Amino acid sequence: MSAPAAGRYVGQAIQRKEDPRLLTGHGRYVDDIVVPRMLHAAFVRSDLPSARITAIDVSAALGLEGVSAVFTGADLNPGAGTMQPSMMAENPAAVVAPLTPLAADDVRFVGDPVAIVIAESRALAEDAAELVVVDYEPRDAVASMEAALADGAPLVHPELGGNVASDLALPEDPELEAIFASAAHVVTERLVQHRHTPTPMETRGVVASFDPVTDQLEVWLSTQGPHEARRTFARVSGLPEGHVHVRMGDVGGGFGQKFFTPREEQTVVLAAKRLGAPVKWIEDRRENLLAANHARSDVATVSLALDADGHVLAAKLDHLEEAGAWPVGGTGGVGPFVAMLFPGPYRIPRIWWRSRVVWTNTAGRGAYRGPWMFESVAREQMLDVAARATGIDPLELRRRNVVGDDEQPYTMATGMTFSATTSATTLEHAARVIGYDDFRAEQARARAEGRLLGLGIGLYIEPTSTPAATLGVEAATVRVESGGGVTVFLGTAAHGQSIETTMAQVVAEHLGVAYEDVRVVQGDTDRTPFGGGTGGSRTAVIAGNASREAALKVREMVVGVAAHLLEAAPEDLEVHDGVVSVRGTPVRNVSLAAVAAAVHNAGTGLPPDVPRLLEATGRYQTSSPTWSNACHICTVEVDRITGQVEILRYVVSEDCGRMLNPMVVEGQVHGGVVQGIGGVLYEHFVYDEAGNPLTTTFLDYLLPTAAESPRIEIDHVVTDGPNPEGVKGMGEGGAIGSVPAVVNAVADALAQVGATVTEQPITPVRVVEALEAVGA
Amino acid sequence: MAEHHIRCTVNGQARRGIVESRTTLADFLREGLGLTGTHLACEHGVCGACTVTVDGRAIRSCLMLAVQAEGATVTTVEGLAGADGTLSPVQQAFMDAHGLQCGFCTPGFVMSVTAFLEANPDPTDAEIREGISGNLCRCTGYQGIVEAVRLAATRRRAAEVGA
Repeated sequence: MSAPAAGRYVGQAIQRKEDPRLLTGHGRYVDDIVVPRMLHAAFVRSDLPSARITAIDVSAALGLEGVSAVFTGADLNPGAGTMQPSMMAENPAAVVAPLTPLAADDVRFVGDPVAIVIAESRALAEDAAELVVVDYEPRDAVASMEAALADGAPLVHPELGGNVASDLALPEDPELEAIFASAAHVVTERLVQHRHTPTPMETRGVVASFDPVTDQLEVWLSTQGPHEARRTFARVSGLPEGHVHVRMGDVGGGFGQKFFTPREEQTVVLAAKRLGAPVKWIEDRRENLLAANHARSDVATVSLALDADGHVLAAKLDHLEEAGAWPVGGTGGVGPFVAMLFPGPYRIPRIWWRSRVVWTNTAGRGAYRGPWMFESVAREQMLDVAARATGIDPLELRRRNVVGDDEQPYTMATGMTFSATTSATTLEHAARVIGYDDFRAEQARARAEGRLLGLGIGLYIEPTSTPAATLGVEAATVRVESGGGVTVFLGTAAHGQSIETTMAQVVAEHLGVAYEDVRVVQGDTDRTPFGGGTGGSRTAVIAGNASREAALKVREMVVGVAAHLLEAAPEDLEVHDGVVSVRGTPVRNVSLAAVAAAVHNAGTGLPPDVPRLLEATGRYQTSSPTWSNACHICTVEVDRITGQVEILRYVVSEDCGRMLNPMVVEGQVHGGVVQGIGGVLYEHFVYDEAGNPLTTTFLDYLLPTAAESPRIEIDHVVTDGPNPEGVKGMGEGGAIGSVPAVVNAVADALAQVGATVTEQPITPVRVVEALEAVGA
Repeated sequence: MAEHHIRCTVNGQARRGIVESRTTLADFLREGLGLTGTHLACEHGVCGACTVTVDGRAIRSCLMLAVQAEGATVTTVEGLAGADGTLSPVQQAFMDAHGLQCGFCTPGFVMSVTAFLEANPDPTDAEIREGISGNLCRCTGYQGIVEAVRLAATRRRAAEVGA
C-alpha cells in the first residue's frame, strides 16, 4: 500500500478561495440577482392529494393592481416539450410519469402546482395566489406503498395503468434456494427507511428572462448542473440550445435536490417566455418541504444464509422504493442499483433480488446524497442481525466476510467489479480508534448498572465517477491570460464543495504557478465547457483529472515558448511558481507574464513553429467506476425512560485516495455524517393516511443542530486511486456510512434487553415502544 | 396597504426608506437597501440565517418588521469586515477553521457568534454548541463552526490580554 506524498499545493489544507466573499455577505445567490423590469412569481398549489380540477377562476387575482398574469395549465402546457432530464428524455423506452408544467385536469399530490401568478413583487404575487379559486372533486389517494400496492388501489397515474413504475427481478434460482435450505443459519428481516428530504439551506430559485427580438433566453439558476439545465430548458421551451444561456452564482447547497432541473424552474421559464419579461421565483421553505423532491422511503425484506462460522453464503433482497407522484430524474429512485451494490465490500457469493418502484400521491422522489445508500443500510443492518443470530461478534463477523485489500479487483455476485479499496484496513482502523474491546467492557459494566450502551458499524464502498451518460465525462480549459494570470474553466457547479479551491490547487501544482494566481470559473454555459453537473462524488476524479491534463498541456506550451525566449532546450526547463527557468541555472529564467506577453503581442520574434497559444482543454472519461470506501463506528447511550439516543463517540476511517485538500475532505465527511444522523434520529417527512403532509415547517421537520451533533473523529487511510491524480472521490460517503452505524448502535444497545428496532426514524417513541414490547 | 417612512442606522450609515406595514426587516435590508448578505432560509424564525444585530442584540430579521427598526442601530454581515476587506475576528476564524461550505447560513452564524462572544467571551464547548443551536447549517455538521467559535474566543481573549 502506497501513501502518496503531498505536493506543493495538492494535498495541502489550503484556505478556500470562496470564503472571503461568502463571509462578508458578498456572495451572489440567485435571490440576489436583480434584472431591470423583473417580475415575481408565486405558485398556486393543490391542497388535496388527489382530485379532479373542475374549475379555476383567476379573475379576482388578475384584478389585483400590480398583477401581470396568471397562467394555468391551459396556458402553459400546450406546446411544452418534455420535462424529463436528458437521460430519460433521450431514452424512448423509459416509463415516466406524464409530467406537465402545471396540473391541468387533476392534481396528484399536495403541492402540485395548479397556477403561476406573476406580479410586481413577491408579496403581491402571493396575495394574488390566494385569490385564485380552484374547484376540486376529491378522489381517494394512496399515501404509502402499502396502499398503492393493495388490490383495487386508486391509481396515481391512471394513464399508466398501475402504481408500479418498474418491477425488475432475477429469475428464480433453485441453487440459491438449496443454499438457504441447507445453511447453518438463515436470518430474515423487514427493514424500513423512512421519507426525508434534502433540505438545502438555500431553497430552489430561478430568474428567467426572454428577449423575443433575439429569441434569447437568459436564466440564472440555483442548480448543481447548469449544462443539464440548459438542455432541459431548450427541450421544454422548444428553443435551440444555442439560444439558452444558464448561469449560476453561489448556490446554497443542493445535496441532489438541484441536480436535475425541476418542474417549477421549467414552468417559470415558460412563463417568462410567454410574458417576454424577466420573472424571478424564489421557493419558500414551506414549498421546499412540500414540493421539492423528497428522498429515501425504502422497504426491503432481506435474508442472509450463513455457514456455522458466520460466512455469508447467499442473500435475497426484495426491495420497494417509493417514487411519489412526480419523481425528479426518471423514476426518481435508483431501482436495481441498490440491489447491484448490496454485496458491498463483502464476499456474498450468490444473490437473488427483486426491485420495485411504486407511485404514490406524495411529493416526488429525487436524488439525495448517496441516492442508492439503502444497499448499505440493508446490508449492514442484516450483518448485525446475523451476528446476534450466530453469536459471533459483529466486528468479527465482518472480518470473516470482508474482501481483503489484496483480493481485488473483486467482482460481486451482481456483476459489479471494484478495485483499489481498503475496507478491511478501515474496519481495523476504526475499531482501533474507537477502542473496540474497551468499549465492549464498558458496555458490560454499564449494563450491570442498568444502562444501555451500544456500538454500530457501517462499512461501505462507494462508486464515484460512474461511466453513465454525461456523468462519466468532464472537461477543463486552462488559459494563461495576457498578463500571466491563469483561469480555469470548468463545467462543474459547486454548491459548497470548494471546487474553486481544489481545482486551483490541481492546476497550480501541475502548471507550476502560484495558487493565488489561479482563478476558477464555473457555472456559466456560455463560458465553460460542458459538464455533467456536481454530484455523485464525481468531481475530484473526473474534473480533477481533466484539470490536471489541461494544466500539463498548457505547461508544455509555456515551456515551448520559454525555450525559445531562453534559447534553451524544452527538456531542460522547469516551471515553478510562475517562473520558467533552466534546471541547474535558475538565473536563466523568464516569468509566465513574459511568456504570455510574447504570445499575445505581435513582433516579439517568436518563430512560426512556436504555437502562439497558451490555452488547452483536458477531458477525462471514466471507463469503469472509481471506488472509495470508509468504515463508520459510533457508540450511543439509550435512555431507557425517555427513549432518547445520545451519540457518545463517532469515528470514521476513510480512504478517498489522494486528498486534494484534507480540510475540505474532512468538512465533507463531517457534514455527511450529521446529515445521516439527522435522517436516522430526527428528520421525518410525514403524510397522514389520506395523503396530507404534516411536516411543512422547520418546527415539524427537525434538522439536527449543533447541540445534537457529535464531534467526529476522522482517520485517513490514503492509497492511490487508479487514475493519474490518484484520487478516488468522496462527498456523499459521510451520509451513507452514518445511517447503518447509528441504526446498528441503537439496535446493539436494545438487543441487550431483547428489544429490536428495524424501522427508521429511531425516535424516542419508537425506542420506548421497542423496550415496552419486551417488558424492559 | 399602508406605507411608512423609516429611518435607522445600518452598518454605521444613516439610511431611510419607505416600507409597507408588513415588510420584514430582512426584506427591507435585502430589497430596500440592497444588503443581500442577509439570507432568508425559512422565514419562520427557526433557521437563523437572517440573523442581524439590532441595538447590539442578535435578532432574526425575518421575524421583525422593518417599522420596528425605526431609530435603531442595525448591523448586518456587510458591516463586520474592515473597509479594506479585512475580516473580523469571527469571520477570520470561520475561514481558518473551515466553518463554512456553501456559505448560505454563514452570515447568520457570523452575526450570532459575534453577539454570543460579546455575552460569553470564554465559552465551554457545550456552551458553544448550545449558543449556536439557534442557527441551522446543512453542510458542515457544525464541527468547523464549533472550532471557529473556539478559535475566535481564544484570539479575542488573547487580544484583550495583549491590549
